[in-house]
Amino acid sequence: MNPYEQIQRTRREFFNTSASGLGGVALSSMLAQNGLLESADAAENAEQQGPMQVQPPNTAPRAKSCIFFFMAGAPSQVDLFDPKPVLNERNGQSLPKGVLDRARFAFIQPDSATLLGTKRKFSKYGESGMEFSDLLPHLSGCADDLLMIRSMTSEEFNHHPGQLLMQCGVSRFGMPTMGSWITYGLGSESENLPGYVVLSSGRGSSGGATLYQSGFLPTSYSGVLFRNSGEPVLNLTTPAGVPPELQSRALGTLRDLNQRRFQEVHDPEIASRIASYELAGRMQSAAPDLIDLNQETQATLDDYGIGRSDPDTSARGSSGNKDTYDSFARNCLLARRMVERGVRFINVIHASWDHHSNLDNEIKFNAGMADKPMAALIRDLKQRGLLDDTLVVWGTEFGRTPLGENRGGRSANTGRDHHPFAFSMFMAGGGFKQGMTYGATDDIGWDVVENPVHVNDFHATLLHAFGLDHKKLTYRFQGRDFRLTDVAGKVITDWLA
Amino acid sequence: MPVRFLAILCLWTLPVVPCFAEAPIDFGRDIQPLLAERCLACHGVDNDEGGLRLHRRAEALKELESGAMAIVVGDPSASEILARVSSSDEDLRMPPEGDPLTEEEIALLTRWISEGARFDQHWAYRPLNPQPENVEAWDAALRDDWSRTPIDAFVLSRLHQEGIAPSASAARPVLIKRLYYDLLGLPPAPEAVTAFVEDSSPDAYERIVDRLLASPHFAERWGRHWLDMARYADSDGYEKDRNRPQAWRYRDWVLKAINEDLPFDEFTVAQLAGDLLEESTSEEKLATAFHRQTLTNTEGGTNPEQWRVAAVMDRTETLGTVWLGLTVGCARCHSHKYDELSHAEYYQLFAFFNNADEINSEVPKTPYEIRSLQRERDRYEAELKVVQTSLKEREGEFPADVAAWEASLKDEDREKLDEPIRAALDVAVAERNDEQKKQLNEAYQKATEPLQAARKAVSEVEKKKPASDLVKVRVVGERAIDRRQTHILRRGEFLEPLESVNPESLAILPSIPSASTEPTRLELAKWLVSDENPLTSRVIVNHLWQYLFGQGIVATPNDFGVRGDRPTHPRLLDYLANRYRQLDWSRKAMIRETVLSQTYRQSSVHRPEMAQIDPLNRWLSRQNRFRVEAETLRDVSLSIGGLLDQGMGGPSVFPPMPSEVAAVSYANSFKWATSKGGDRYRRGLYTFFKRTAPHPTLMTFDCPDANVTNVQRNRSNTPLGALTMLNNIVFAEAAAGFAQRILASEGSDEERLANAIKICLARSAEQAELESLLELLAESRAFYQANPEAAEQWLTASGNDNPIELAAWASTLRVLLNLDEFMTRE
Repeated sequence: MNPYEQIQRTRREFFNTSASGLGGVALSSMLAQNGLLESADAAENAEQQGPMQVQPPNTAPRAKSCIFFFMAGAPSQVDLFDPKPVLNERNGQSLPKGVLDRARFAFIQPDSATLLGTKRKFSKYGESGMEFSDLLPHLSGCADDLLMIRSMTSEEFNHHPGQLLMQCGVSRFGMPTMGSWITYGLGSESENLPGYVVLSSGRGSSGGATLYQSGFLPTSYSGVLFRNSGEPVLNLTTPAGVPPELQSRALGTLRDLNQRRFQEVHDPEIASRIASYELAGRMQSAAPDLIDLNQETQATLDDYGIGRSDPDTSARGSSGNKDTYDSFARNCLLARRMVERGVRFINVIHASWDHHSNLDNEIKFNAGMADKPMAALIRDLKQRGLLDDTLVVWGTEFGRTPLGENRGGRSANTGRDHHPFAFSMFMAGGGFKQGMTYGATDDIGWDVVENPVHVNDFHATLLHAFGLDHKKLTYRFQGRDFRLTDVAGKVITDWLA
Repeated sequence: MPVRFLAILCLWTLPVVPCFAEAPIDFGRDIQPLLAERCLACHGVDNDEGGLRLHRRAEALKELESGAMAIVVGDPSASEILARVSSSDEDLRMPPEGDPLTEEEIALLTRWISEGARFDQHWAYRPLNPQPENVEAWDAALRDDWSRTPIDAFVLSRLHQEGIAPSASAARPVLIKRLYYDLLGLPPAPEAVTAFVEDSSPDAYERIVDRLLASPHFAERWGRHWLDMARYADSDGYEKDRNRPQAWRYRDWVLKAINEDLPFDEFTVAQLAGDLLEESTSEEKLATAFHRQTLTNTEGGTNPEQWRVAAVMDRTETLGTVWLGLTVGCARCHSHKYDELSHAEYYQLFAFFNNADEINSEVPKTPYEIRSLQRERDRYEAELKVVQTSLKEREGEFPADVAAWEASLKDEDREKLDEPIRAALDVAVAERNDEQKKQLNEAYQKATEPLQAARKAVSEVEKKKPASDLVKVRVVGERAIDRRQTHILRRGEFLEPLESVNPESLAILPSIPSASTEPTRLELAKWLVSDENPLTSRVIVNHLWQYLFGQGIVATPNDFGVRGDRPTHPRLLDYLANRYRQLDWSRKAMIRETVLSQTYRQSSVHRPEMAQIDPLNRWLSRQNRFRVEAETLRDVSLSIGGLLDQGMGGPSVFPPMPSEVAAVSYANSFKWATSKGGDRYRRGLYTFFKRTAPHPTLMTFDCPDANVTNVQRNRSNTPLGALTMLNNIVFAEAAAGFAQRILASEGSDEERLANAIKICLARSAEQAELESLLELLAESRAFYQANPEAAEQWLTASGNDNPIELAAWASTLRVLLNLDEFMTRE
C-alpha cells in the first residue's frame, strides 16, 4: 500500500468508526465544548471527521434532498401514466409472435395470453398537456411541475431482485442503497436527525430491510426506519422510570468518566463515543419534535389528508393494512418536515402494487392513497421554496404487462403480470425539467421505442442532480471500486432544467 | 492531550513524502500496486488496448500495435511506457483519466525497467517462507527479555527495524478481561479477577488460557466468527423469506466442531464435501449445510434454474473469499481486471459446485431432544401396554369379526335380534347384498362394544407415537444422474452459456490432484488445506489474528490479491501459516500460542509519539482497543445483570423486538413471538436471524446481514448504538438486574460502587470515579424519593422490597454499562 492509500485508508477507517449519523460541524463543536478540542484549528480539522460531515459535491448541485417514493410491487403504468388507445382497441387479441418469443413471464401462459385494455380514462393536464389516468385527480394538477419518464427499463422480473436493482443499482445482496451512496457522498445537513430515513406504510415489501441497508458501506449510512407508532426511532425514549432529566444527568456522569478514560489511553475512538452519546441525547429531543404534527395548521393537515380513513376496504386487497391512507399521508408530511430539518434522503416505501388480479379495484385504492398527499407534498414544497432543491420521485422496480394475466385456473383476466421491458416513473423538483414527458413505448406499451432509460441511467442522473459524478462516487471493497451505477449508466442531460 | 488526538485527524492533510530508499525495486511492493491501480483496467487480462497487456511479463515485453516496445528491459529511454506516462501532451499521456503519475512513481518505473523489469509472483501465491528475513535480528529479538515466543521475535525485530519500542504488558485486570472477552465473549467473575491478580505463579496466565479454551462457551464466541463466513441465517432470504426451522442444526454442528477442536483441515473437508467422504456419517452430511446457507427465491413466477445458478455462484465466491482470500466474484462477468483470474477460471471453480444439489438428509436430533423423546417413548410404551392388555382380554371375551360372531350365535341369541338382521343372517354369506352386510356389521359392532372400545383405545394411543430420533435437514449432496456440464456464462447470465469448462484449479495456484479424469469437490476441499496450497493457510491464520488483534496481518482479509493490502509482517504470516499445519490445524492450539505471546499481552494504551509514526498501529507497538461485537455487547451486559441464560444450542430464540421491525418483511407474513423465560436471555448468537427483518440491536452494532459471506465486521460508533445501549429494554433490564445484584451484597454505597466497577470493568475503582458515581447515586436517590411512582416503573422493581433504592442504583449503574471501557475489550 503506498502512503497515499494509507492516508485514504486512515480517513476511511476513521469514518467507519467515528460518531455518525449527524453533522460533522456538530461533532466538532461538541468536541470543542467538551474540552477535547481546544483550538479553532482543531475544530476545523475535526469537521473533516464525521461520516455525515457535509462533503462538497463534484459539480454544482441542483438537489439537496430526495424524497423517494418506492411503490414496491410494480404499479401498472398503462393504467396510470402511459395511455395506450391501441391496446384498448386490441383488447382480447394475442400478442404478435415476434414480441412473444423474446418475452419471459412470471405467471402468464404465453400461448393463450391476450392483451388487456385499460378501463381508465386518460386526459391531458396543465399547459404541458401531460397525460394521467382518472385515478390521479390531484397529481395531474401538478402536471406542469413533473418530469414524466415513460421509458424506464429493467432486466429483473422478480420483485426482490428488481427492488434490489432499483435501490442498489445492481441486483445483488450486500450492496449499498441509493440513500447510502448519497449520504456517503454528501453527508447530511441535519445536526440531530439521521441523514437517511425510511418511512413505511402498509404491509412489508418483498425486499424488507435489504431495501435500505448500507451493504459494504459502514452502518452509519444505513437507512434509519422511522416507526409508525410508538417512539419514532427505535430506542429513542428513555426506559420506563427514567425521566429525561435523570437521563441527562446520567449522560453527564458518563461523559465525565469517558473523558477520564480518554485522558488515560488517548484513543480517539473514545472521543467519538462521547460525541455519539451527546448526539444521541439531542436526537431524543429532535425526533419527537419532528413527528409532532400539532405544529402544522389544520389547512395543511387537510391538504395532505391526515386523518383520512381508508375508503372501501374491500378494494384494499388481501394484503393491505388498516389505516394505510392516514399513514401514507402522515409520511408525506413527515418527509417535508425532514427536508426542512436537513435530512438528505427519505425513502418512503409502500408495498402493495403487485396486481396480478383484481387490478381495477386495487389500483384504485392505492392511487387514492397516494394521489392527494403526494400532490399536497409537491405543492407544499413549492410554496415553501423547497422544491427547487428537493427531488421527489415516484419509483418502482418494474412495470406490468399489457397482457392480461391468465395464470392457470383463473376464470377471468383481471390483472397484469411483471413487465421489466417498459415502465413509468416521475420526478418533481431537484432542478429537473418540469412539464416534460420523456421517452415513449410502442402502441401497446410493450417495448420502449424512444429514449430508453435503464435503472443505471436513472441513478447516474439522480447523482448528477446532487452534484455527484456517478463514476467518481466509488467505494473500494474487496479490491474493486464499486459504484451505484455498477459498470454502466449515463447522465440524461435532456432532463436537466 | 488534544494534540495527540489531532495527530491522527491531521494526517491526511500533511504532505506526503514517500521514503523509498535505494533498496532494489520490489515488484510486489513498488510496481504491481501501481500497475493494478492505474494501468490494468485497459491493459490487463481482458483488455489489450494498443496491443499492451501488463499483467504478465511475456505479454508486457511484446511489440505494441504501433511497433514500439512498451518495455525494453534495462533501457528506460527506449521504453514507450515511460514516454507515455511522462508525456506533457495530454492526448498522449497515460493514464488518460485521473491525475498523471507522480515523479516518484515514474522514478520507480524507470528504476524497475533499468533493473530488469522483473515480474515477481504475487506474494500471496508463493510457497510459504516461515524463515525470518534477517535471522540474526530475529534471534536477537527472541533472546530479548521482552519476547516470550517466536511470534514476538517477528514483531519485535520489525519494531527494532523501525526504531520503535514495544509496549509493556497490560495490567493483569486488563489481561484477564481481554482473554475472557476474546475467548468466551463473557466477562470474568470478580473472584476470577482477584485470584488472577493475586496469583504470583509463573503459569497463572497460561492456566487461565487453558481453562477458557476448555470452556464450552469458547465455541459460542469462535463459532460466531465462523457463522459470519458461513452467512448462516434462519430464513430463505428472498421476498417471502420463509423460515428455515432446522437451520440451527448446522449452527450447532459448528459449535460442537469448534469445542471439540476439529482440526481445521477436517473442518473444511466436512463442510465443503462431507457428503463425498467414504461412508460419510450423518454429521459429515450435516456439515455440508455450510453451502446450503445460500438464499432461496420462492417468489411466484421465478425460474428455479436462475436462482440455482445464483446459489452456485454464491458458493463459488464464498469459497474464494473464505478460503482463498480472493475476490473471484469479479470474474463472474468478465476476467478479473487486476488479479490473474480469467472469466473461464471462475466457471472452473463454479463447476465444482454445479452438480451439488440441495437435498434432505436425515440426521439424529440433539441428545437433549433424544432424551426427551425417549421419555415420551417410555410413557407411550407404558400407555400402549395398558390398552393392549385390555384389548387382549376383550378379544378373549368377544368374537373377532362378523363371521366369528355369526358362528357364535345360538338360537336364543338370534331371536333377540331385530327382524332385518335375522333376515340377513338367513341369506347365504356369498349372496348377501351391501345393505345386508352393513346391517350385520353394525349388529356385530353393537354386540361387541367393549371389544370395539378397546380396539379404539389402542389406535388412539398409537396415534401419539413419538417422533423418530432423526430429522430431515437441508444439506448439499452430489448429483448422481443427469449431471450438468458447466459452461462459461456470458456476463454471468444463466441463459447465455458459452463454451464448456471442467472443474479445475486457478492458474495462479497449484493444480488439484485427482484420482480420476477431473477433480471432485472432495479433492478440491482436500487441496485447499494441502501442503501444496500456500494461500489458504495464510488466509485462515490471518482471520485468527484479526479476531485477537482487531486487524489482520493483512488488513484486507477478503482480498489477498494484488489490490489488497500486503502483509505488514509477511514472514510472521508465513510462520503462523506453517505453524498451524504443524499443530495439525488445531484451532485451539493456534489461538493458545497467539494469546501466550507478549505481542498479544501488550498494553493497548495509545502512545502519543506513535500517532505520527504509525497511527494505524501496523507495527504492533501496542495491542488494539476495539468495541466488541453486537452479540458480545448483549451477552456481557446480561451476564453482569445476572440475567444471561447460558444454555447452549437448540432452536433459535426470539428476544424482545418491536413488532414493526418484523412487519417490514414481506406482506406482514412474519410474526416475532417473543421468547419467554430463559430463552429471552440467551446469548446473542442464538437470536433468530430473519434475513429481511434482522434484529435491530444486532444490525446497529454491525452484525453482518447473512446474505453474503463476511470475514470482517465493521465497528461503527453511532448515535443509534448509543440509544440502544441507553434505552433498549434488554440493556435496561440488565441495569436493573445489575442493581439487584449489587444490592444483594452488604456494604456502604462506596463499597458497593467499587464492587460494581470490579464486576463491570474487571478492575479496582479509582477515587474520582467513585466520587462521580456517588454524586449521581445521591441525586438519583433523591429523585426517586421524591417520585416513588417513577421508581415503581423500573422493569424489575415490582417484588423488590425497596423500589426506590433499586431504581436509584439501576439508573446509576447503567452508566457503567455504557462506558467506552465496558464496550471495548480493554
